[in-house]
Amino acid sequence: MQIELQQIHKSFGNHHVLKGIDLRVDAGTIHGLVGENGAGKSTLMKILTGYLSRSAGRILLDGEEVNTADPATAAALGIGMLYQEPQDFPPLTVLENFIVGRDSHPDNHRGRQQQRLSELSEQVHFQLHGSDSVERLTVGERQQLEFLRLLGRDARLMILDEPTTGISDRQKARLFAALRQIREQGRTILLVSHKLEEIAALCDRVTILRHGLVSGEEDAPFHIPRLLELMFDQPPGSRAQPQQCPSGKLLLALDQVSTAGERTGLNGCSCRIHQGELVGLAGLSGSGQGLFLRLAAALQQPQTGAVSFRGISLSGRDHRSVRRLGGTFLPANRLEEGLIPGFTLTDHFTLAHGCSRSEAREAATQAIARFNIRATPESRVESLSGGNQQRLLLSLIPTSASLVLLENPTRGLDVASAEWVWHYLREQFCSQGALIFSSAELEEILAVANRILVFFDGRVVRDLPIDQVDYQDVVAAMTGG
Amino acid sequence: MRNFKRHLTDTLLILAIALLFTGLLLLVVGASPLEAFGQLLSGSFGSWSRLARVLNVWIPLTLCSLGLLYAFRSGLWNIGVEGQMVLGAIGCTAVLRWGMDTAAPQLMLPVALLAGLLLGSLWALLAGWLKIRGGVHEIFAGLGLNFVAMGLILWLIFGPWKRPGIASMSGTELFPKALWFPTLEGWRVSPFALLLTLAAIALTAWVLNHSRFGLNLKAVGHNPRAVTLYGLSAQRYMLIAILISGALAGLAGGLQVSGIYHRLIPAISSGYGYLGLLVVMLANFKLLPIPFIALFFAALNVGSIQLPMMLKLDSSLSGVIQGACVLSALLVFGVRRLREGRSG
Repeated sequence: MQIELQQIHKSFGNHHVLKGIDLRVDAGTIHGLVGENGAGKSTLMKILTGYLSRSAGRILLDGEEVNTADPATAAALGIGMLYQEPQDFPPLTVLENFIVGRDSHPDNHRGRQQQRLSELSEQVHFQLHGSDSVERLTVGERQQLEFLRLLGRDARLMILDEPTTGISDRQKARLFAALRQIREQGRTILLVSHKLEEIAALCDRVTILRHGLVSGEEDAPFHIPRLLELMFDQPPGSRAQPQQCPSGKLLLALDQVSTAGERTGLNGCSCRIHQGELVGLAGLSGSGQGLFLRLAAALQQPQTGAVSFRGISLSGRDHRSVRRLGGTFLPANRLEEGLIPGFTLTDHFTLAHGCSRSEAREAATQAIARFNIRATPESRVESLSGGNQQRLLLSLIPTSASLVLLENPTRGLDVASAEWVWHYLREQFCSQGALIFSSAELEEILAVANRILVFFDGRVVRDLPIDQVDYQDVVAAMTGG
Repeated sequence: MRNFKRHLTDTLLILAIALLFTGLLLLVVGASPLEAFGQLLSGSFGSWSRLARVLNVWIPLTLCSLGLLYAFRSGLWNIGVEGQMVLGAIGCTAVLRWGMDTAAPQLMLPVALLAGLLLGSLWALLAGWLKIRGGVHEIFAGLGLNFVAMGLILWLIFGPWKRPGIASMSGTELFPKALWFPTLEGWRVSPFALLLTLAAIALTAWVLNHSRFGLNLKAVGHNPRAVTLYGLSAQRYMLIAILISGALAGLAGGLQVSGIYHRLIPAISSGYGYLGLLVVMLANFKLLPIPFIALFFAALNVGSIQLPMMLKLDSSLSGVIQGACVLSALLVFGVRRLREGRSG
C-alpha cells in the first residue's frame, strides 16, 4: 500500500507541533522517519493512525484520499501501529490481549487464537506465553506482544515507533528479519527510530523531521553524518569518555536477596555499591534488573535476604524512607509510574519540593531553561513528548540525592539528549553518591558506567569494573553463555 | 471570563435538557408541566417557612457533598456517606440521652455534635481500612456498612432506646427543649448550623484548591502509583480523605438529630448521602457549584411535597428532575470532552 501525506498541520493550543509535513511511502518498502525529541514524529504517526486528529492536511492511500478519523477506521484501512508506550490491557493475559479488538477476525476461539499466537511468536522468536498476565511483563515484553498483535491482523501499513527499545540484540536481529520478510509480501513499513544504525541497516529511504518540518529525504545507502546534520541544528559531539569516580563509603548493600516478579524474579543477589560508582545493569529485558532497582528503592520487599541503604535496613520500610535517606528512583513507565497526568510542571515541583506555588513556578521555569524542556510551567505533563517527560523527571531529582536509581533512563531520547543527560547525572551525582541504571543497550552501559552487573534469568552472572570488560564475554553472559 | 461563560452555557443547557425531559414525561402522564414546575417553585420559595425548610435540607446535603468531594479527590467513591451520617446521628443521640439529666444540658450540644463527627469518621475509617488492609473495594465496603448502620439504628430505636411503653418507627422520645439547637424566633433554621456549613464550604475551598494537602490529595487521586516517588503515602492520604468525608457526614447526621428532628428516627439520613453523590457529579467534582446545586436539589425536595395535594402527582417528581439533571450534565460534559478530544 502506498501512502502519501500532504501538508499535515497539528497544533495543541498555541503550540504548533507540525508545520506542514509532506511524506510519501511506496508499497513494499521500509521507510525510516527520524528526528530529534519533540520534532513531531510521534504526533505525525498518531495522526496517521487516527489516534489524534489533524488540524489541516490530506492523507492519501494508494492515491485515494481517506479520513483516518479514529483508530478503528485507520485499522480497517489496514494501518497498524506499534506505539512507543504499550497500548495494551495490563489486567488481561497475553492471549486475551492478542484476541481483543480484532473486529475483522471475529474468531474468538481461544484454542485457535493460542495456536496463531504461538505460530507468530515462533516466527519472530519471542518467548511469550498466552496464559501470562500482562501486568507481570516488562515494557520490552509488552512491546513484543503489541508487535505480535500487529502481525496477527492483516495490517498493510505497519508503523513502528522505536520498535527495538528494550529487546535484546538477538531478538532485534530476528525482528529485522521478520520485517524484511513482510516487506517482501508487499507490506509497507514505516519505522520511527532514534537509532541511525538500525535505520541504515533496514530502510530503503528515510525522511528527517526537524522542529515540525521535513528537513530532508535520503535514499539508501545512507551517510550517517549527513542524517545527523539534517536532524540537529548542530552536529552532536563525540560521546564523552567515562570518568573514573573514586570509590567512597558503602551506600547500598544487598545480601542474598530473592524476590518474585517480572519474568524471572531475582535469585540470591548479593552486591555492594559505594559512593562514586556508576553502575550499569545489563541483560535481556526482564532478567531481574528492574527488580534490583525496585528493591533498592524499597518499592518492593525481598522474600528472603536483606537490603540496606547507608547502613539502615530497608526491611519493613517503604520508598519514603529511602527518599529521606537521599535515594531516588526514575521508572521506565514515565506517565504511568513517574508523573501525574493532569498536573502541570509547576504542580510537580510543588509536590516534589514541598514548596509554595510561586517557588515551584520559579523552579519549573529554571528547570525548563536548564534541562531544555519544551513546555511552559503551566503545561500538563501528558502533552509533553517522551523525551521532554524524561527531562522533567530528571529535573525533579533532588540535587542532594546520594543514590539515583534509573530504569532505562535514555529510552526514547535522541543521541544528543542522551549525552546531555549523562553529562548532567555524572556531574551532579557521581562524586556525592552513586548512580545505578538499567539499559537495554550494552553500548550505552559500556560508554557511561564504571561498573557493570550482567543479569541473566534473575541472577547476576557478571560483576566487573568497566575496564575489565570483555565485550564478547558480556554478550554471551547476557544470553546465558 | 471565558471559563465563566462556558460554565454558564453548560448550566443553562443542562437545566434546559432536564426540564424538557421532565416536561415531556409530565405531558405523557397527562399533567401540565408549567403548573407542576410552578408548584415546585412556590412550594420551596413561596414563604419564609418554606425557605426555612429548604435550608434545613440544604445544610446536611451540602455537608455530605463537601465530604464526598474530599474522597473523590483522592480517587475514592465513598458510597458509605449514608451510613456515616446514621452513625453521626447515633453518636449525637447517645450523648444527648446521657446529658439530659446533667446540670447544664446546653453544654451537651457541642459535645453531642463532636460525638457525631467522631462516630461518622470512625465508620468511614472502617471502610477505608477494609479497602487498604483488606483489599475490599470501597464501594462494596461503604454499601455494606450502610446496611449495618441501618440495622444498628433500627435495633437502637426498637431496643435499648425505645420509647417507654411503645417502640415505633416514629423514633425515640423527643428531647427536652433545652437540648434543641436554638433557632431564631419564628424561623425553624438554626443560624449556628447555617454558619457551620458556610464555614465548612470556605474551609474546603481553601484546603482543596490552595493548600499543599489539597494538591497532594489530587495527585493521589490522579496517579496513586506515582505519588510514592514524591515521598507521599497514597494509602495515608486516602484514609485521611475518607476520614474527613465521614466526619462531615457525621456532623450532618448530628445536626439532623439535634437541630431538626430532636430525636432519632430510622430515616434520619433522609437519603442525603446518596443525593450528595448526585450533587457532586452534577457539579463535575468541583467545589464552587456544590452549594448552589445543593440548594436547587433541596428546593426540589421541599417543593415536591405539595405536588400530591395540589396536582395529584407523586412527590417523586423531584427525584426524576434531579436524576435527569445529573444525566444531562454527564451528557453535556461528555460531549464537551469528546469535542475537545477531536479538535485538539
